[in-house]
Amino acid sequence: MLLTVVIFLPLLAAAVLLAAPRIPGRVAIGVWVAASAVDLALVGWMWLRFEPGQGASGVVDGLAYEAHLQWIPTVNAGYHVGVDGLSLPLLALTGVLFLACAVYSLREPDRPHTYAALFLFLQTACMGTFASLDLILFFVFFDLSIVGMYFVIAGWGHGNARRSALKFFLYTFIGSLALLVGFIGLFLGSEERTFDMVALAANPPLADSPVAGGLVLLAIFLGLAVKTPLFPFHTWLPDAHTDAPAAGSAILAGILLKLGTYGFVRIAMPILPEAWQRWAMVAVVVGVISVLWGAFVALAQTDVKRMIAYTSVNHMGYVLLGLGAAGLVASADEGARTVATVGAMYQMVSHGLLTGALFLLSGVLWSRGHSYAFDRWGGLARPAPVFAACFAVAAFGSLGLPGFSGFIAEFQVFTGALQAAPLATVVAVVGILVTAGLFLLALQRLFTGDPVVPSEADPDELAEGPGPERADGTTATAVRPRTATRMQDLRSREAAAVVPLLVLAVILGLVPRVLLDVLEPAAMAVVELVGR
Amino acid sequence: MTGMSGGGERVLALLPELLLLLGAVGGLLLGLWTPQHRQWRVRLLVTAACLASVIAAAVALPEPAERVFEATWVVDTTTGVVRIVVALGVAVLVWLASPSLAGHPRETEAYVLMLLGGLGSIALAASGDLLLLVAGYLLASVPLYALAGFAKDSAGVEATMKYYLMGAFVGVLMLVGVAALVLATGTTGYLDLAALLPDASPALLAVGILGVLAGVAFKAGAVPVHFWVPDVTAGTTPPMAAYLTTIPKIGAVAAAFRLLAEPFADVPLDVPLLVAVIAAVSMTLGNLAAFNQTEVLRLLAYSTVSQVGYLFMAVAVAARTDLAVPALAIYLAGYAVTNIGAFAAVAATPAARTITDWATAVGRHRWIVVSLVVCLLGLVGTPPTAVFVGKLAVFTAAWDGALAWLVVVAAVNTVASLFYYLRWVAPAFAGVPAAPSMREWAGSGPRTAAGTAQRTRRGVPTGLLHGAAVMSLLLGLGAGWWLAFALST
Repeated sequence: MLLTVVIFLPLLAAAVLLAAPRIPGRVAIGVWVAASAVDLALVGWMWLRFEPGQGASGVVDGLAYEAHLQWIPTVNAGYHVGVDGLSLPLLALTGVLFLACAVYSLREPDRPHTYAALFLFLQTACMGTFASLDLILFFVFFDLSIVGMYFVIAGWGHGNARRSALKFFLYTFIGSLALLVGFIGLFLGSEERTFDMVALAANPPLADSPVAGGLVLLAIFLGLAVKTPLFPFHTWLPDAHTDAPAAGSAILAGILLKLGTYGFVRIAMPILPEAWQRWAMVAVVVGVISVLWGAFVALAQTDVKRMIAYTSVNHMGYVLLGLGAAGLVASADEGARTVATVGAMYQMVSHGLLTGALFLLSGVLWSRGHSYAFDRWGGLARPAPVFAACFAVAAFGSLGLPGFSGFIAEFQVFTGALQAAPLATVVAVVGILVTAGLFLLALQRLFTGDPVVPSEADPDELAEGPGPERADGTTATAVRPRTATRMQDLRSREAAAVVPLLVLAVILGLVPRVLLDVLEPAAMAVVELVGR
Repeated sequence: MTGMSGGGERVLALLPELLLLLGAVGGLLLGLWTPQHRQWRVRLLVTAACLASVIAAAVALPEPAERVFEATWVVDTTTGVVRIVVALGVAVLVWLASPSLAGHPRETEAYVLMLLGGLGSIALAASGDLLLLVAGYLLASVPLYALAGFAKDSAGVEATMKYYLMGAFVGVLMLVGVAALVLATGTTGYLDLAALLPDASPALLAVGILGVLAGVAFKAGAVPVHFWVPDVTAGTTPPMAAYLTTIPKIGAVAAAFRLLAEPFADVPLDVPLLVAVIAAVSMTLGNLAAFNQTEVLRLLAYSTVSQVGYLFMAVAVAARTDLAVPALAIYLAGYAVTNIGAFAAVAATPAARTITDWATAVGRHRWIVVSLVVCLLGLVGTPPTAVFVGKLAVFTAAWDGALAWLVVVAAVNTVASLFYYLRWVAPAFAGVPAAPSMREWAGSGPRTAAGTAQRTRRGVPTGLLHGAAVMSLLLGLGAGWWLAFALST
C-alpha cells in the first residue's frame, strides 16, 4: 500500500494541477516541489524500514511492500509491485532527482502548470517502472515515461526540439516494442503462462530451447539497449539531450537511462539465465565498445551538453560490462561476479546523481547565455565561482576520482570483470583515461583564461538558437569573444538543486556501506539466479 | 419443424436485435408525426432502443452459446460483444451526428438508417449461415450508402458512388463465393460446411473462400478492398465518417472471425496464412499511406485500415488458440471507443480539414488537446489505454497461433504508425502557447465567422471526445473486468 502511494502520489498531484488551471504558476511549482518532497520522504521511510537481509535476498524472495492485483486475467498480467535491493536505490534516486529538478524549476516561466504536471507524471512512470514485478506493468510504465519525456522535450526544449523529440520518441518506441515482443515470448514460453516476474524468475521459461531463448533475449536486449543506450543504438541521445530543457535532460540521463540498465538486471538476467550466460560475452563487448565510443566521441564535442550526453553512453557501457561479466559463469567465481554486479548497480545510482547535476549545471549556462558552445564561454571561474566549483566537483566525480561514488562503482566493475573478461576490462580502463582528459579539457575551456560570455545583445542569434548550426554536427561556427564579465553565479534555487546531488555523490563515495548493504544481497541473488 | 412455443423462446434469444428493429420502425413512425423542429424526439427514442438493446445483450451474455433459427443465428461471446459494442456505438454516434443533423429535413431518416446499419453489422457477426451472411452484408451496406451521401454535396455524392460501386462489385464476388461453397457442399450452414468442406474440391473451395473473405474484408475495410475507406471518410461529414469506419467494421471482423473459427477451420488450404497476409498488408499499406496525409479525415481513414490489420491478426488465429476470443473482445471494444473519440475530435472543429487548421482551431482548449493525445496515442497502443491491452492480447494470440512473424510485422508497424499520429499531436500540442495570436485573429475580419460558428457546434462532439478518452483509459485499466464480463459464459 505504501509503495502504491509512493508511485501514484505524483500522478495525483499532476491531476490536481491540471484540474486547477487558475492557481498561479508559482503555486503550481510549489505543489510540484511539495509532492516530490513528500514522495522522497516516503521512499526514505521505506528505506529505513527495509530489511536487506543477510546472504542472497531479492528478485524472487525477500520482497518488501508487495501489492498484487489482477489486471488482465486472460493473460495473467497484474498490478504486482514490490521492493528489493535492486529497486530501492533506484526508487530513492528517482525521488532525489525529481525533487532536485522541481527545486531547479522554481521559476519556470513557460506554462508552469503543464510543466509541473508532466514531470509529476514522469515521476509516477519512473517509480512505477522500478517497482514493477510484472512484465506488462513494467512495460506500461516504461512506455509512459517515453510519452512524458516526449512532451517535455517537444514543449519546453530549444533549438530543434520538435525534431529531437520525435527522434527520441520513435527510437525508444521501437525499443519498447521489441521489449513487448520479448515479453510476449517469455509469456508463451513459460510453463504457467504468466507475466509475473517473480514467478518467471523462479521458474525460468524457455530453459530447454536455446534458439527461442536466444531470440527472446535478443528482442529484450534490443529494447533495453535502445533505452540504455548502448553503442549502435545511442544516436537519439545527444539530440534529445541538447534540445531538452535542463530538468528534462537531468531526468532523461539520470532516471530514464536507468530504466534500460535496470531492465537487464531485473528481467534479462534472472528470467533468461541460460541465454544470458551464453550471450554474456556479447554484452561485455557491446559494453566496452560503448565505453570507448562514448568517451572518444565526447572528447570531440564542441558543445558542453552534447559532451555530457556522450559521457552517459560511456558510463552506461561500464554497467553493461559489469552485468555481462556477471554472466560469464564459466570463467569467474561467484564472488567476482557479485562484485561486478554490485559495481554495475552502484554505477547506476552514481551516474544518476552526477550526470543529473552536470545537466542541471549546463542548464545554468543556457539560461545565462543561450549557448552550450565551448568557444563562447571562458574564464567563468572568476565571475561565477560557485558554479565553477560545483561543475568541477561534478566533473571530477563523473570521471571517477576516488572519494566520489563513481570511483566505487567503476572500481568494483573492473575488479569484478577482470577475472572473467581480462582483455575487455583492460581496454575499458582506457575509457577512464579519455573521460578524465575530456572533463579536464572542459573545465579548462569553461573556467580558465579571460572571461568570455556570449553577448545577449544578439536578438536574431537568440531567437534562432543553436539549432541551424547543429544540423551538421558542428556548433556555433561564428566565434564572437566578448570580454564582458556579466555572468551571474548560481542562484540559490539552482544551488539548492545541484549541491545536494553532489553531497550525496560524495557521501556515497566516502561511506559506500550505506548503499552496499542494500545492494549486495540483491546482487548476490541475481548472480545466483544467473548461475543456474 | 418446431412448435410455436419453441419458436417463441427462440425469438427472445434475438431480443437485442428486436429492440433495435423496434427502435428503427418506431423512430420512423414517430418521425412521420413529429414537426421538423422536434425531431430530437426520434433521437431520444433511437438512443433508448440502443440502450435497451445493450441491456438485453448484457443480460444474455452469461448464458451458454446457442444457435437459433435452424442454426443460422449464433448467440455466443463474439455475438454478445458485438451486440454491446455496436449498440453503444450507434447510440453515441447518433449524438455525435446530432449537431450536423439537427433541423435537417431528413433527420429521422438518418437516425433510422444508422440503427439499421448497426443491425446489419450485428447480423454479420451473428450469422451462422452463408445466406444470412449475405443478407447481413446487404443490411450493413445499403443504409450506409445513403448515410455516406447524406450531405448531398459533390464530395459526398462522389464518395457514395465509389462506395456503392465497390460494394456492389464485392457483393457479387461474395455471392460467387457463396455459390461456389454451396456447389461444393450443398449446404450453407456453418456447422455442415465445417464438416463437409475438408473433402470438397480445392478449386471450388478456393473460389468460395476468396469470395466470402472478399465480402467481409470489404466491410472491414481491409486491403485489397480498402479503396473506398479514404474517399468515403474524407467525402462525408466527420460523424458519418466515424460511423462508417466503426460500426460495419466491428461486425465484419467478427464475421471473419467466425468464418475462420468454424467453416474454414479444417480446410486443406492455409486460410490463416491468407488472413495473416491480409492483416500484414493492411497494416503496412494503411500506415504507409497515412504518412503524408495532411487532412485529418484521410489520416484517420488510413489509420482505420491499419487498425483492421491488427484486428485481422486475431481473425487469422481464430481456430488455433483460446486466446483469440478474448483478444477480439477487448480489441473490438477498444477500437470502437478510440476511433469514435478520434473522429469526435474532428467533428469538434467541422471547418478544419487539415492538421494545421485543426491545431489552430482548438488552440486555446487545452483539454481537447489532452483528450486527442489520449485517443491518438490510444490508437498507437500506448499503455494503459484499451487498444494497448487489445494489441497485447492480439500479439500474444497471434504468436501462440504460430504466427510470430506477424507479431514482428505488427510491432514494426506500430512504430511506423506512431510517426503519423505524432504529426497530428505535435502541432496540436505546440499550438497551445500560440493562444495569444489566435485571439488576435479571432478579433479581426473574416476569420471570426468561421471561428464562432465552430464554437457553437463544439459542445456535443467535445463532450464525446472527452468521454471517449476517459473510456479508453478506463477500458484499458479495467480490461480485466470487461473480459471477465464478456467471457462469463
